[in-house]
Amino acid sequence: MLPSLVPLLPTENDWITFDIPSLAENFWSATFDGLTFGAIYALVALGYTLVYGVLNLINFAHSEVFIVGCYAVFFTLSTLGFGPSVPRLDIWSIILNLLLALILAMVASAATAFLLERIAYKPLRQRNAPRLVFLITAIGASFTIQYLIYLWRGPSPELALTMFRPLPIFDVFGTIIDSQQLVIIIAAVIMMVGIDRFISKSRTGRGIRAVAQDPDTATLMGVNKERIIITTFVIGGLLAGAAALFYVMKIPSGVQYNGGFILGIKAFAAAVLGGIGNVRGALLGGLLLGLIGNYGQILLGNSQWTDVVAFVVLVLVLLLRPEGILGTSLGRSKA
Amino acid sequence: MSMTDGPTPLETAAAEQAAEEREASAKAAGKSALRQREGRKTGYFSDRWNALSRQQQWAFLVIVVVLAYLLPLINPPIITTEPGNNFALACFDMARFALIAVGLNVVVGYAGLLDLGYVAFFAVGSYCAAMLTSPDSPFLHIPYLWTIPVAMAVTMFFGVVLGVPTLRLRGDYLAIVTLGFGEIVRILATIIPAMKGQVGFQNVGHPPGTEPNGAPIFSNSNGVPWYWLTLTIIIIITLLVGNLERSRVGRAWIAIREDEDAAEIMGVPTFKYKVWAFAIGAAIGGLSGALFAGQVGFVNNQKFDVTTSILFLAAVVLGGAGNKVGAILGGALVSYIPLRFTAIAEYKYLIFGIALVLIMIFRSQGLLPARQRLLAYGRTALNKVISRDGMEAKDKDKPAAGSDAGAAAQRGAEA
Repeated sequence: MLPSLVPLLPTENDWITFDIPSLAENFWSATFDGLTFGAIYALVALGYTLVYGVLNLINFAHSEVFIVGCYAVFFTLSTLGFGPSVPRLDIWSIILNLLLALILAMVASAATAFLLERIAYKPLRQRNAPRLVFLITAIGASFTIQYLIYLWRGPSPELALTMFRPLPIFDVFGTIIDSQQLVIIIAAVIMMVGIDRFISKSRTGRGIRAVAQDPDTATLMGVNKERIIITTFVIGGLLAGAAALFYVMKIPSGVQYNGGFILGIKAFAAAVLGGIGNVRGALLGGLLLGLIGNYGQILLGNSQWTDVVAFVVLVLVLLLRPEGILGTSLGRSKA
Repeated sequence: MSMTDGPTPLETAAAEQAAEEREASAKAAGKSALRQREGRKTGYFSDRWNALSRQQQWAFLVIVVVLAYLLPLINPPIITTEPGNNFALACFDMARFALIAVGLNVVVGYAGLLDLGYVAFFAVGSYCAAMLTSPDSPFLHIPYLWTIPVAMAVTMFFGVVLGVPTLRLRGDYLAIVTLGFGEIVRILATIIPAMKGQVGFQNVGHPPGTEPNGAPIFSNSNGVPWYWLTLTIIIIITLLVGNLERSRVGRAWIAIREDEDAAEIMGVPTFKYKVWAFAIGAAIGGLSGALFAGQVGFVNNQKFDVTTSILFLAAVVLGGAGNKVGAILGGALVSYIPLRFTAIAEYKYLIFGIALVLIMIFRSQGLLPARQRLLAYGRTALNKVISRDGMEAKDKDKPAAGSDAGAAAQRGAEA
């Protein structure tokens, strides 16, 4: 790119163009859409943040934990008769079906996270392997799961499912907020608040914070470290499963073997933006990243810019404020 | 920094884990203790190798190098990848992977930084070569061979731009940032119109020279000259990297790899050396990218998915992170296996993904473990240490010997 800067001046449009009128026009719809995506990022980001807080490990395979949940949603709903067209069911049976899909996705993701921890990470932890070994194992595990799915389902995305017809709920600044956006944002925020309460109030939550703060001391104080670690992975998996349902709701054609990969990077960027290891930071970072990504995409005129923008945000945060916006770690968060 | 300062951080780094092994090795004297510290399975080979005289080693190396050059011409029956794949092109591909593995080994193996987006540097190098030589690009055109240093400089620049924000922090961030970067470069190549996405750049240049009949020597279909060129570059790069490894820079890298905090405390400017490792690795990636672009003659956005990065990483890890010969071997193997056994080529990503996990769990030092021993002192000093007996010599070596015993113990335990 560098050597071509000078001779390129006449064909400036070939590089990057900013479409500011379009952003101004679509500002509010971009905002609500961005918040919806942000809620999904935040749920996935929690999985990264919790594991990072407890083990100081970037669990690269978390994106695969998430995509397994997406497949669980897909299979549950297609078994229940959902298809590309809007289902002809009354609202209560739709809610019941979605709840069933949610539970199965959470179970599938949590089981994946559990197996991952037991098979890949536990043997390393037992003999105190260096960090590099953990990271390489994590990426190897991520790769393995991804290509197992690839061999099973092939390269193309699964059939897009429609869960319900998004109904307009209310009107803000001339932009209609539909039921889908509302469901995703409210459900995600409720879950985040719930997990925040869980971490700060419950006995297990206290254990998680203790291990995050100082694993050895926590063990001496009678915390069962192994159980806390596995619980953390399972909680991350449960949240990833929930995120999977919302993701499939929002992007029905996104169920693909490598669909979790870029979302995982964005979720991690969200976690870093909010402050890695910080539960509230994950929510804040997720929502912010969703907004920034969506504005960027409209400003630059191609949906793939979302990924680039998220990445640039990650690098900038690392450069300017590596501890993230809220900063505090899981261990130091208030009781 | 004097010579003796080199391994000191190493000692601090591994001191704790070393304690047990040091006791054990203190019981055994001299040579046998050092033998014990060698990697278990390859200990035999490295012992045999070290037992040879300098001249014998050189003679052996010359034979290996000559055989390597002759490989595509001999086309040995069992090793050959034909009829599935042209063997000379397969050789080039192996050499390309080996070169990449040598470059990545500097980052992952020496400095212990996990670079998961190495393909991005490879891509930047390829695009540099393509955009400066292909008639499809509107930019100024330069002879192909000149694009190689340009590609290296540009990728090095990208390496520094990416490395400076992330390398100040713990290594984990580098892993995720490079992973993202690997994907971002591909996306940018797709969505920036000037990069031409899938259409790409045709007729990328190649080195000059024509055969008597007027056809260019470096054609896309003939892998032999490309293989020779790459092999020559590998030899040069390996020698340069080997010199770096034995220098103060290399000692700093290894100190950082073993324990960054300890290295920092012992006065190693860790950030500077990490950026250097990352930038040098990036430049070698760019170099191999430029070679690849020249050989294939066509560059578009389809050739650089991030999964390829994981293959590169698998090459380094398989061969033995920190060992340049291991990296060459690993790179060649990762490229060779899918080309030779075409039946399993479809499963290569799965196979190498599983291999990464299994290697990490059961043998994290790879096929050829890195030499942990007294890098700063070289072989002569090592032999002196080996030949010494008695407790006073033991005490004198204790720091250095203890350190590498520690590292070896760790690795041994992993095996």
